[in-house]
Amino acid sequence: MKKAITRNLIVTALGLFVLGGQITVSAEETGEALYKTYCSQCHGIKGDGMGVNVRDMAVQPRDHTDRVAMSSRSDADLFKVVKEGGQAISKSVLMPAWAGAISDDEINSLVKHMRVLCQCQHGSGS
Amino acid sequence: MNNHPRTSACLLLAGILAVGMAQTALASAADFLKKDCAQCHNLTGPAPTTLKAMWERKGPDLFYAGNKYKRDWLETWLQKPTRIRPAGMYYGNHVERGVKSDEIKTATLTVHPALSAADAKAAADALMSLRANSELIKPGEYKPGSIPMTMGEMLFDKFRGCMACHEVEPGYGGLSGPEMYTAARRLQEDYLISFMRNPQAWDPRSFMPNKNLSDVDLQKLVHYLRALSEENTK
Ligand code: HEC
Ligand code: HEC
Ligand code: HEC
Repeated sequence: MKKAITRNLIVTALGLFVLGGQITVSAEETGEALYKTYCSQCHGIKGDGMGVNVRDMAVQPRDHTDRVAMSSRSDADLFKVVKEGGQAISKSVLMPAWAGAISDDEINSLVKHMRVLCQCQHGSGS
Repeated sequence: MNNHPRTSACLLLAGILAVGMAQTALASAADFLKKDCAQCHNLTGPAPTTLKAMWERKGPDLFYAGNKYKRDWLETWLQKPTRIRPAGMYYGNHVERGVKSDEIKTATLTVHPALSAADAKAAADALMSLRANSELIKPGEYKPGSIPMTMGEMLFDKFRGCMACHEVEPGYGGLSGPEMYTAARRLQEDYLISFMRNPQAWDPRSFMPNKNLSDVDLQKLVHYLRALSEENTK
């Protein structure tokens, strides 16, 4: 028991150390709210890739309501591109990496929200 | 040398009086900020940490103004404010679906109150005394230099993808972030470096992602922003 607490403390301390003054945001935010805040600027308020920023963008943001395209991606694929950015999957740098701004738990909520937008799962397309 | 002790004492007294007076002026300027500006601007910190608070924020946080803005710009802009964020504080409150894509509802954007010359001067002085987050600034980190305009454009537009959210000239670029062609006129160079390195350190729920910029990139980007601001004298 005592050991477990000590271990937790060490883990927490390590966590704080790794974060090193980075984000300390804790409130539970929904996938929908996160999407509206961070993604709709490019992907649009409808999630169809037609955000307020697209006018002069060289590459069109993905249409997240596109069943076929979205069902060709696994949840792990979606998680990776949101966390590490377009370049991590050899796509455009215009899709930013959100690590450091959005936590892993929140990215999982975003992945779930994109599944709502496309009304699809991995492999359910056509 | 033949400095009479009494003269020094007098000088000292005058000095103390002058400082005292400056502080009173500052105190009343701070009161004036509290009265006329605090309903829209956060003058004390901390920055918002929930998305709801981000959506409701009425104006940029000013509690670290002294580490962020160039004083002369403040004094000028406050007398003749122009729009800096094309889609307002939180773009989500000011966009709607247009014919093809989301567009700005310009009617919902407000005009900033303008101050008299005297008030602008007092406000600028008071704002420069708000110095939270000093630990995030490394004074003198920016080393003046230059970059060919086309190289700067390539870096900002193509390689780092900054143009997606920022206009690099009036009417060209992204609209959710503040305009970039006036950034170097408005903002201190060391702040630019610090903010671009880690936007979340300043504003934990910022809509700007951390772009993982190298120290070399950071210097080059400030060279570019300075060149942009010289080109555009809006
Ligand atoms: C600055 C504009 C911008 C923002 C903000 C943005 N994206 Fe993107 N996103 C893009 C662009 C452009 C692409 C297309 C990249 C390509 O096809 O090369 C893209 C592609 C994607 C893809 C598809 C990747 C694939 O597998 O093809 C996903 C998923 C995605 N974005 C999710 C998000 C989420 C979630 C957010 C919010 C956290 C977000 N994006 C915010 C511009 C943006
Ligand atoms: C009704 C709300 C409101 C009031 C009152 C107000 N401001 Fe503002 N202020 C804003 C908004 C909104 C912006 C952003 C403008 C833009 O981006 O175009 C802003 C921008 C600024 C800026 C530029 C900051 C930046 O980073 O772009 C300064 C400086 C400023 N205000 C100072 C003041 C001072 C000083 C007062 C009081 C005399 C004041 N404001 C009163 C809403 C307000
Ligand atoms: C997804 C959109 C987005 C992208 C991509 C982006 N920014 Fe930003 N940027 C913003 C927003 C929104 C703000 C205002 C942030 C705040 O006050 O928290 C901002 C603020 C800034 C500021 C401070 C400006 C001011 O007036 O306070 C600078 C400088 C800046 N960005 C530079 C860059 C650079 C350089 C890049 C590329 C490496 C970049 N941005 C990429 C959205 C973006």
